[in-house]
Amino acid sequence: MSLLDTPVHDLGQRRRSLAQHLHLDPPLLLGLLLLSGISLFVLYSASGQNIDLVWRQVVRLGVGFTVMFALAQLNPAPLKRWAPWIFAIGVGLLVAVLVAGEIGKGAQRWLDLGVFRFQPSEVMKLAMPMMVAWYLSDHPLPPSAKRLAVAGLIILVPTLLIAKQPDLGTALLVASAGLFVLLFAGIPWRLVTGFAALAAAGAPVLWYFMHDYQRQRVLTFLNPEQDPLGAGYHIIQSKIAIGSGGLYGKGWLNGTQSQLNFLPERSTDFIFAAYAEEFGLLGILVLLAIYLFIIMRGLLIAVQAQDTFTRLLAGSLVMTFFIYIFVNIGMVTGLLPVVGLPLPLVSYGGTSMVTLMAAFGILMSIHTHRKLLPR
Amino acid sequence: MARPTTLKDHFRETRLFSSRAMVALVFTIALMLVLVARLVDLQVIKHATYTVLSDQNRVHIAALPPTRGLIFDRNGVLLAQNLPSYSLQIVPEQVDDVDATIARLRQLIAITDDDERRFRKRYKSSRRFKPITLRTRLSDQEVARFAVNRHRFPGVDIAARLYRHYPQGRLAVHALGYVGRINERELQNIDTSNYEGTDFIGKTGIEKFYEDILHGEVGVQQVETNAQGRTLRVLEQTPPVPGLNLHLTLDADLQRIAEQALVEERGAVVAIDPRDGSVLVLASMPGFDPNLFVGGIDGKTYRALRDSPDQPLFNRALRGRYPPGSTLKPFIGLAGLEYGVVEPDASIYCPGWYMLDGDDHKYRDWKKSGHGPVDLNRSMVESCDVYYYDLALTLGIDRLSSFLEPFGFNDLTGIDTSGELAGLVPSREWKRRAKREPWYPGETLITGIGQGFNLVTPLALASATATLSTYGQHLRPRLVAATEDPYSGEVVDFPVVSNIAIAAEDHANWQYIIKTMIESVHSPRGTARRIGKDAPYTIAGKTGTAQVFGIKQDEEYVEEDIEKRLRDHALFIAFAPAHDPRIAVAVIVENGGSGGAVAAPIARKVMDAWLLDKGHLADAATAGDTP
Repeated sequence: MSLLDTPVHDLGQRRRSLAQHLHLDPPLLLGLLLLSGISLFVLYSASGQNIDLVWRQVVRLGVGFTVMFALAQLNPAPLKRWAPWIFAIGVGLLVAVLVAGEIGKGAQRWLDLGVFRFQPSEVMKLAMPMMVAWYLSDHPLPPSAKRLAVAGLIILVPTLLIAKQPDLGTALLVASAGLFVLLFAGIPWRLVTGFAALAAAGAPVLWYFMHDYQRQRVLTFLNPEQDPLGAGYHIIQSKIAIGSGGLYGKGWLNGTQSQLNFLPERSTDFIFAAYAEEFGLLGILVLLAIYLFIIMRGLLIAVQAQDTFTRLLAGSLVMTFFIYIFVNIGMVTGLLPVVGLPLPLVSYGGTSMVTLMAAFGILMSIHTHRKLLPR
Repeated sequence: MARPTTLKDHFRETRLFSSRAMVALVFTIALMLVLVARLVDLQVIKHATYTVLSDQNRVHIAALPPTRGLIFDRNGVLLAQNLPSYSLQIVPEQVDDVDATIARLRQLIAITDDDERRFRKRYKSSRRFKPITLRTRLSDQEVARFAVNRHRFPGVDIAARLYRHYPQGRLAVHALGYVGRINERELQNIDTSNYEGTDFIGKTGIEKFYEDILHGEVGVQQVETNAQGRTLRVLEQTPPVPGLNLHLTLDADLQRIAEQALVEERGAVVAIDPRDGSVLVLASMPGFDPNLFVGGIDGKTYRALRDSPDQPLFNRALRGRYPPGSTLKPFIGLAGLEYGVVEPDASIYCPGWYMLDGDDHKYRDWKKSGHGPVDLNRSMVESCDVYYYDLALTLGIDRLSSFLEPFGFNDLTGIDTSGELAGLVPSREWKRRAKREPWYPGETLITGIGQGFNLVTPLALASATATLSTYGQHLRPRLVAATEDPYSGEVVDFPVVSNIAIAAEDHANWQYIIKTMIESVHSPRGTARRIGKDAPYTIAGKTGTAQVFGIKQDEEYVEEDIEKRLRDHALFIAFAPAHDPRIAVAVIVENGGSGGAVAAPIARKVMDAWLLDKGHLADAATAGDTP
C-alpha cells in the first residue's frame, strides 16, 4: 500500500541523482544485483565447485546488465512505434524456425544466424506485451469486445507457433505476457472467470494435441512414483533435496543431493532445489522476499507510468517475471508439471536471462524517462 | 486516433490500472504463500522423511569381507594362504548395454567364453546394484590397460581382492580340500549377511569342515556414494574379524614322502600318532592342484580330472571303501582270545582249503599247498586263511561283528574334515536290512579273512590300528591341533577326543596279538619280513591282500594273467615302536598285488621318516627295544 502511495514529487527535478542521469532505478538494480550474487554462490556449489562455469555466468550477467543499461537509456516512446514491426518480425522468425530451424534437445527452437544461434521465441517474450499494449493503448479502456477478440488473436498466433516447436514453457510465458496486458487493461472479471472455466474444460482437448513427452510429463507430475528411475526421477530427487534441507539447510557446499549428483539439472532448471537443500526454508524466504521486492517495485513503476502503453507494458513484464518464478518453483516442488523454465536470474543459462534483463531495462527506461511536472 | 476520448478517460484508466495492479499484487502474494506453504510442508512437516530418503540415497552399507585364516602344518609350513588379485567387476544397473560393454572389454582384456558364461549365470540371478565379477586374476598389464581406458566403461571397475592360494600345490589336497566360488546351494545354507563381499567358501576337506572358523566375521562400512555409485568417503565402520589360522597335525614332510611313495600308484596312506589321534599323513593318490579350483576351473581341465580312470578327485583316504583283507586278522585273532575260544598254542591243520559241513564249496587258502599245522602265532605270521575261517565259524558272525564295531570299523571315525564315509562290518541284522536275506555261514568264513561284505576306509583302518596299538584306547583322529588368532596370536589347543573306549579283558591277549604282528614283520617267515630285516626299531604289522576279482572254483589266481585293474589291492597296517607306539600307519595300494611287497615298504618309509628323520624314536620309552 505504502509503496503505491509514494509521493511523486520526491522525484522532483531538483533532486535528480546520478542514478537518474544514468536512467537506472536503484531499488530495482539492488534487487537484481542481490539475485545475481545469490546465483553465483549457488552455482558454485551446484556445479560441483566449477569456477569456470561461475565465470561464464558472470560474463552472461555482464551481457545482461549491459543490455538492461542500454535499453534503460532508450526513451519508451519509440518502443511503442516499433512494437508492431518487432512483433511482425518475431512472428516471421517463428515461422522461419518451424520451416528451417535447428533441432536441439528434440525441439525445433533455434535459428542459426551464422554468427550465433538464436531463439526467436525469446524476442516474442518482449514483443508480445508490447504489441498487445500498443494495440489497446490508443483506445479507451477497458477495451471493446471487438478489440478484445483481435487482441486474443494477436496472443494466440505466436503462442501456437511456439507451442508447435514444441516449447510449452515459453508458449505459456508468451501467452501470459499477452494475457496480463489484457488484465491490466481492465478486461471484465466475468470474462476472466469465463476464460478460466473454458480453459479448464479445454484441458482434455489440449491433452489430445500434446506430444507424447508432454503427456508423460503430466502423468509424471500426477504420480512421480510410478517411474522413480525414469521420468519421475527428477521430481522425486528434487523433493528429497528440498525436504531434507529443512529449516536451516545443510549449509553451502554441503547439500548431499546436489553435491553427489543425485539431483539432475541442478545448475539449470532445478537450481532452486539445490538452493533449498543448502540454505533451507530461511534461505528460501530471503530469496522470495527479494523476488517480491522486485515485483512490488515493478508494479509501482507500472502504476507511476505516465501513459497507457508503458503502464500496460510494465505491468505485464513484471507479472511475466512472477510467472517464471511461480512456474519454476511450482515445478521443482512438485506442485506443477515439469515444464522447462529456469528460475529467473538464478539458473545457469544465457538467452532467457538476457531477455529478462532487457525487460528490466525497459522498466527502468519507463520509470526514468517520465516527464515530471514540478509542483 | 481519437485523442479527446483518451484524454477524457485518463484518470478513470489510471484508477482502473491501479486497482488491477493491486489485484496483481494480491495475486502474487497469494501464490507466493502457496509456494511457502508447499515448502513448509516439504521442509518442516515432512523434513524427517526426506532426510531419511536423502541418506538412503547417499549412504550405502558396504561389507568388509574378513581375511580367511591361514593353514599351517604341525611345523609351521604354510599350506593355504591368501594372495591379492585384481578382478574385473560390472555393476549391472550402471551399464546400459552389457553385451556391447563385454565386447569392448574383450579388446583390452582376455575374457574366455567360460568367464562370460559364468558372468551371465550370475548376472541373471543377482541384484542390479551388486558388482558381478567377470574376470579374476588380471595380469598387471591388463590392470594398466583397463585403468587407462576406464572412462570408457562406466559401471565397470577393478576390485582388489584376496584369493586363496595353496603354495604346496597338490600336497595333501585331499586333507586340505579347497575353496571355490559360492554356489546357489551353498547360499541357502550360510548366513548370507556374513558372506557379503566374500567370494569363496570351503568346498571340500578342512576348508569346508572349518569354514566357520576360517571365514571370520564380516565387517560393515557405511560409505557415502554419489549418484553413479562411486564411494566417496567412509562414514563409519566396524572392522571385520579375520578367520582363525589353523595349525594342523599333518606333517608336510611325511605327507610328501607318503605321496611320493605312491606317485605311480592309486592308493592311500594314513598315519596317526596313537597317543593323541593326531593324523600325521592323510594321503590319497593321485591328487590334483587345488589352485585350479579357486578361480573357477575351466571346463576342459575339470572334465579331464573327472573322467580320468585314475580318479584324482576321489578321496581314497576318507571315501575309499576297501575290503580289509588279512589286515583284519589281528582283530579277529584278538576276538578269539578275548572271547576265550582259542588256545594260542592249539594248532589246526591247514590243507590249503576249508569246507563247511554239507557244502562242497572249497574256501581256499592263499597258499594252495596249505600251511600244515597252524597255531595262532603262525596263522598271523604266515597269514593262514584256513585258521581264520575256522576261528570265524567258531566265533560266529554275531560275536565277530560286535567285537569289530568298537574299533570303528562300522562307523565314521569323526575326523575333522569333510567327506568321510563309514566302513562296514556285516551282521545278521545288517544283511536283513540291506539285502533282505538271511545270513549264511559261508559269509561268516570270508568275514574272518576280511573279505565278503567287509569294507573299511584307509583312515578307519589306521585308526583301528592305533587303537590296537594302545590296548583299546580309541581316540578320534584329528587334523587340527590348534587355532591361532592372527591378531593377538592367541593359540587355542583342540582337545583330544575319545571315541568309545574298548574294555580290554586281558592285556596279555593284546600283547600276544601284538607279538604275532611283530613276528609278521621281523621273523624270517613273516609276510612283511622284507621291511623288518634292517629296521632299527620294532614294527608290529600285518599285510593284507584284498580280492577285487572273484575267481572261479577251479581257476587259479595268477597275477601276471590278470589285467592290472583286476589285481588284488595290497594292504598293510603297522605301528612302531611296537611297545611304545609313536605312529600307526595304514597303506592301501589299489591293484598293487601283494601287501608285503608293495604296501609294506611304503609304510616303512613313512615310519622311518617319523621315527628316524624327525627323531621321534629317541623319546620313545622302548627306543632300545630291537627285535
